[in-house]
Amino acid sequence: MNTFTAYTARLVSLSHRYGKILALDGVNLDIPSGCMAGLIGPDGVGKSTLLGLVAGAVAIQDGGVSVLDGDMRNAAFRRQVSSRIAYMPQGLGRNLYLTLSVEENVDFFGRLFGLPKAERKLRIREVLESTGLLPFSDRPAGKLSGGMKQKLGLCCALIHEPDLLILDEPTTGVDPLSRRQFWELIGRIRRRHQGLSVMVATAYMDEAEQFDWLAAIDDGRVIAAGTPAELKGNTGCMTLEEAFIKLLPEEKTAGHKTFLTINRSFPENDDAIVAEGLTMRFGEFTAVDHVSFRIARGEIFGFLGSNGCGKTTTMKMLTGLLPATEGRATLFGTAVDNGSLEVRKHVGYMSQSFSLYSELSVEQNLNLHANLFGLEKPEIPGRVAGLIKQFDLSEFGGTLAGELPMGIRQRLSLAVGVVHNPEILILDEPTSGVDPVARDRFWSILVDLSRNQGVTIFISTHFMNEAERCDRISLMHAGRVLACGVPAALVAAKGASSLEEAFIAFLEEASTEKGEDHGKETTTETSIMESRPATGNSFFSLRRCIGYVRRESLEILRDPVRLVFALGGSLLLMLILGLGITFDIRNVAFAVLDMDRSPESRDYIDAIAGSNYFLQHEPPSGPTELFERLKNGELKLGIEVPQGFGKDLRRGRRPEVAIWIDGAMPFFGETLKGYVSGITLNYYENLAVRNGYPLPKLSSANIIFRYRYNQDFRSLPAMVPAVIPLLLLFIPSILMALGIVREKELGSITNLYVTPVTRLEFLLGKQIPYVVVGMLSYFFMVLLAVTFFHIPVKGSFLTLTVGALLFVVVTTGFGQLVSSFTSTQIAALACTAFMTLIPAVRFCGFTQPVSSLDPIGATIGNFYPVTYFLLISRGVFSKGLGFADLFHSLGAIALFIPVLTFLSMSLLKKQGR
Amino acid sequence: MRTLHNIMQLGVKELRSLWHDKVLLGLIVFMFTAGIYTGATSSSLELHNAPVAFIDEDRSTLSARIRQAFYEPSFSPPELISSSEAGRELDNGRYTFIIDIPPDFEHNVLAGRNPDIQVDIDATMMTQAFIGAGYIGSIISDEINGHVGRAPASVAAPVNFVVRALFNPNLNGIWFGGIMEIMTNITMLSIILTGAALIREREHGTIEHLLVMPLTPFEIMAAKIWANGLVVLFSAAVSLFLVVEGFLGVPIKGFVPLFLFGAMLHLFSTTSIGIFLGTVARSMPQLGLLIILIVLPMQLLSGGMTPRESMPEIVQQFMLLSPTTYFVKFSQTILYRGGGLSVVWPQFAAITAIGAVFFTIALLRFRKSISQTQI
Repeated sequence: MNTFTAYTARLVSLSHRYGKILALDGVNLDIPSGCMAGLIGPDGVGKSTLLGLVAGAVAIQDGGVSVLDGDMRNAAFRRQVSSRIAYMPQGLGRNLYLTLSVEENVDFFGRLFGLPKAERKLRIREVLESTGLLPFSDRPAGKLSGGMKQKLGLCCALIHEPDLLILDEPTTGVDPLSRRQFWELIGRIRRRHQGLSVMVATAYMDEAEQFDWLAAIDDGRVIAAGTPAELKGNTGCMTLEEAFIKLLPEEKTAGHKTFLTINRSFPENDDAIVAEGLTMRFGEFTAVDHVSFRIARGEIFGFLGSNGCGKTTTMKMLTGLLPATEGRATLFGTAVDNGSLEVRKHVGYMSQSFSLYSELSVEQNLNLHANLFGLEKPEIPGRVAGLIKQFDLSEFGGTLAGELPMGIRQRLSLAVGVVHNPEILILDEPTSGVDPVARDRFWSILVDLSRNQGVTIFISTHFMNEAERCDRISLMHAGRVLACGVPAALVAAKGASSLEEAFIAFLEEASTEKGEDHGKETTTETSIMESRPATGNSFFSLRRCIGYVRRESLEILRDPVRLVFALGGSLLLMLILGLGITFDIRNVAFAVLDMDRSPESRDYIDAIAGSNYFLQHEPPSGPTELFERLKNGELKLGIEVPQGFGKDLRRGRRPEVAIWIDGAMPFFGETLKGYVSGITLNYYENLAVRNGYPLPKLSSANIIFRYRYNQDFRSLPAMVPAVIPLLLLFIPSILMALGIVREKELGSITNLYVTPVTRLEFLLGKQIPYVVVGMLSYFFMVLLAVTFFHIPVKGSFLTLTVGALLFVVVTTGFGQLVSSFTSTQIAALACTAFMTLIPAVRFCGFTQPVSSLDPIGATIGNFYPVTYFLLISRGVFSKGLGFADLFHSLGAIALFIPVLTFLSMSLLKKQGR
Repeated sequence: MRTLHNIMQLGVKELRSLWHDKVLLGLIVFMFTAGIYTGATSSSLELHNAPVAFIDEDRSTLSARIRQAFYEPSFSPPELISSSEAGRELDNGRYTFIIDIPPDFEHNVLAGRNPDIQVDIDATMMTQAFIGAGYIGSIISDEINGHVGRAPASVAAPVNFVVRALFNPNLNGIWFGGIMEIMTNITMLSIILTGAALIREREHGTIEHLLVMPLTPFEIMAAKIWANGLVVLFSAAVSLFLVVEGFLGVPIKGFVPLFLFGAMLHLFSTTSIGIFLGTVARSMPQLGLLIILIVLPMQLLSGGMTPRESMPEIVQQFMLLSPTTYFVKFSQTILYRGGGLSVVWPQFAAITAIGAVFFTIALLRFRKSISQTQI
C-alpha cells in the first residue's frame, strides 16, 4: 500500500554507536519526498542521530545514507548538497548565537550560504516578516521566548531556500499557542515552496497525526512506518499514542494500564503550600510577576506554560533556592527561608535537568541522600532496598546514574526525591523526554503517593494529558498566572473542546490584553524567492569567512568579561610581573656578631651596611642567636667578626671573618655570595691602600665588565620585554581555545557541519577577531612599558609590531589546535595552560639562552615560537635592532603559521560523531 | 554531630567523584611525579652551558690558558670570533659573554702594566649574565695569577673571609626546585580542584539539590575542603618521600610532619580561595581565566621564585594577603633550615586567618552565587 514513489533520503542497514551504546541498529528506511515525514518515539531512541546523519551533521559509521540522490559518505557531495538542506538541531535555539540579535543571526546564516548583500537584505526582511519577527530584529536571541527562538531558528534555516528541511523536535518546550503558530508557518512555507520535503522528529503524538508519513522508532530500530492512518489501522487503535504503545515490544508495556482521572475536592483550610504575590526580578527583567496560589494537603497541582515563562523560577522560590524579590511563600504555615532546615526535611525536589551525581551508582545515590536527609543509620538499608523495589530499579542497583536510560533516570530522581518520606514534592518537568509508557508508570507512582500517602505534589509539565490528571492546574505565561482551577472547569470557562484549546484561548487573551505581539505573522504571501543562492563549491569563500569574523567579533564585543580579561588582564599581569619578578639585590637583611668591637670591625660593618644592597638588623648576642635568626628566615646574611680582628688586621695577620648566607634559595644564595665577596674584597683593598697595611698585589690585569643593553644591570629593563611575549602567548591562545570548544559544548558547531562553510573559512574567520584583540593588548602593553616602566623602544617599532602580529597569529593558531582536538572547555583550558606555561618559561630563553639548555630542553625551545619572539622583543626593546637584524626570527615565526593551520584543519572534524 | 556526619558523607561523595574522573586523576599523578622531577631538574638557575666567545687578539700562552679554563658544564666550549663579528653576535643573542683579550696582553701582564681585559655581557639574560660575570671574573684573575706564579686573590686578601652557604652548602638547585615544585603543585591543584568542583556542581544543577536538603552551605563547603585537601596533601606527602627524597636524593632535614601540618593549614586557605573563586565565576571558562589571574601572581610573587626583599614595597605589602607568602616562608624554614613550631607559628596563624576570611566570604556568597550560574 505504498503511495510514495520519490524519496528524499534512503537509509541502508544504518547502525550508529556512542561508545557502548547502540543508538541505531541496522535501520533500513526510505523517507518519501515532497511531504511532511515524521519520526516518532521517546527520547534517546535514535531519532536525533538519524536526523543528524541525514543532515550530514553526524559522520556515518556503518551502513549507507543517500540524501537527495547522492551518497552522504562523499565529502564533495555533502558540501554541494549542504546548500539544499536546512537543519535545526534539537534544543531551543541550539544553533543560534544568543548574544547576537535576531537580524544578526539570520544575516550570519545568509553569509554562510554565500548570499550577496542585496539579496541577503531582501531575504532577511522577507523571512522575518513572514514569521512575525520583524518587530524584534534588534532583540538578542537569548532574550526571545522559546517559541520565538524556534521561529528564528526556522528563519535561519529558510534563508537559503532549502529543498529539505530537517527539524529535530522543534516544538518541545514551546507553549501551545506558539506550537500551533509554528506548524501554521511550516504549512504556509510548504504551500509556497512546492516540493519542499520536511523531516520532523517529535514527541507529541497529536502533531504526528497531522503528518503525511510516519516512522515509529524504538531502541534504534524502526518498529513501524507508513501514513498515520495506516499505523492506526494496523494496530486497531483510535489514537496514535495508543497505536505507539501497542507497537512497543511487550516487556516494555507490561503492567501498563490506561489512566483514570478522578478529581477530588479538598478541605478549605488545610493548605500545604501558599504563595502570595511572589515576584522575582533579574535586573530589569521580571521573571515572575506577583504569582499567588494555595495548594491543599494531598493535592496534585499542575503548572503549565512555555519554557522561560517563570515556572522553574517560581519553584525555586518555593524551595528557598532563590530569595523572592517580593511576596512570600509558606510551606505548612512556615515561611520559606534560607535557614530553615526543618522545613526542608519535609520537601522533596526534582529539578528540571537531571541533577543526580552521574558518577555515583544508583544505590550510592540513594544511600547518600538517605544519609544527608538524616535518616537513622539502621533504617537506611531497608529504606534504600524498599525504594529500589518500589521504583523498579533492582536491575540497575550498581549502574552509574549517568549511564541510565532517560526514563529510568527520572524514576531514580523521584526515588531520591522521596527517600525521606517528604510531605511535599516539587517536581520540575519530570517527564520531559520520557516515552509514553514510562510516563504513565511515573504518574501511577505519583498518584499512589498523593492518594495513599497524602503527599502534596507540585508538578510542572508540557503535556496536556498529564495536566488533565492533576487535581488543579495553573496556566502561566510571561511570569504571570493566567488561570488557575480544576482542568475541566478551565476548559468549560473558555468553552473549548480540550485543555489545549483552552490554554491557547487564555494565551491569546493575555497577548491582546498586554498589547504584546506574540509574533504574529503577516498573512500576505510575499513574493516567492526567485534565484537559488549562488553557493558554489569553491574551496574558499571570502563572504563565508567574513560571516564568521563578524559573528565572532560581535560575540566578543558582547561578552565584556572576556574582553576585560584579554585587555585588562594582560596589563595587570604585566604590571605585577614587571614589578614583582626581580633578581635585584636590595635591602637584604643581615646582622653582624662583632666579638672585637674595634674601630676596624665597626668600619667594616658600616661599609656593608652603607651599600644599598644590605640592611642591618639588631646585632645578635651570640652565635646561637645568629643561627637561630638565620634559621627562622629573618636574616639572609650573618657575619661573624672574631676577637682580635682589628689588631690582626693592623699587623697583617689575615684575621678570619666568617660569612654565612642563607642557601635555601640557591640562585639568591649564589648572587649574595658574589655581592658580599665583592664588597669585602673591595673594602679591604681600599683600607690597605689607605692605611698602608701590608697588601700583596692582587691582580695583574684590570677586568672590565660591560653590561650591554642594560648598563645598571637592573631587572626591570630585562623583564619587561620578556613579559610581553609570555602574555601574548597565554591570553590569546586561551581565549581562542575556549572560543571554538564553547561552540562544541553549546552546539552551534553544527553550523560548521551542515552549511557549505569550509574548515579553513571557519578557522580563519574565528581567528581574525582574536588576532585583533591580541594586537590591541600588544599595543597597550607597549604603551605601559614606555610610559609607566620607562623602558623605551630602542629599535624599530615597526619590526616589533610585525613580529607581534605574526606571533599573535601563531598563538591564536595554537589555541585553535588545542580546541580542535579537545571537546570540553575544562580540557581545553588545562591543555592550553599546560602546553604554553611550562615550555615558555623553561625552554625559550627566558632566563638563559636556549643553547644553554640540555639537549631535550633546547630542542623544545628551538621548536617553540616564543623563543623567536623573545629574541625580537629583546632585540627591539633593549638592543635597538631593526628588520634586517631580526629577519631570521621573523621568518621562523611565520613558518609556524601554515603548520598550525594545517594541523588544526586536519584535526578539526567537518562532521560530528 | 549531625553536621559532622553530613560533612563526612558529602566528602566521601566528593572523593568518589574524583576517583571517577580518570583524566583528572592522571593529571594529579603526573603533576606530582614527572612534573616534580622535570621541574626540579630543568629549572635550575645555576650556570650551565653558558655560551661564551673570545676575541683573542693576543694569541699568547696566557690567552690560550684563559680560554682553556672555560669548560663544561658551566660554559659551553668557547668559540673564537673576530672583533667585527662581536656586536652582531651579541645582538642576535648567540653569545651571552664575549671576552676581548687585547694585543700584547701577556706581555703587558708580565711587565706589570695592568692591562685591561674586557668582558661584554648580554645583560638581557638576567640570571646567566650575573652569575656568569662572577665566575668569569674569578676564572680570569686566577688564571692570570697562576700564570705569573702568584696565589689566587682570595688567599692573598688582607682578611681571610670564608663565605659558607647554610642549609644547602653546595647551593644545589635541585634541592630547591623539587620542594618548590611540590609547593607550587599544592597551591595550584587545590585551587583548581575545589573551584572546578563547585562550578561543575553548579553547572550540573546538583548543588541545587544539596541546597534544598537539610544541609547548610557550611557543610557543603567544609566537605569540599577536607576531601580535596586530603587528596592534595596525600599526593604531596607521597611525592615528597618518593620523588624528592627518594628519586632526586634531596636530604630533607626538617620535621616532615610539621611541614605537612602546615601544608594542611595552607590547603585550608587555598581550598577556601578555590571555593571563593567558584562563587565569583559564572561558568567554567570564567573560572579558568580567573584562576590564571589570581594564581600566577600568587605563585610568582610568593618569595619562592625571587626574594621578597627585592620586590617593591607595595608588592610586598600586597602579597601579605596571599597564603603562598607564608607557605613559602615556613616551608623553607622547616625543610631547609630545620626550624620548629616555635619559629613558624606566626606563619601558621596568618595562613589560617587568611583561610578563615576567604571561607567566610565564600560562605556569605554561596547561596547568591548559585542563582547566577550560566552554562
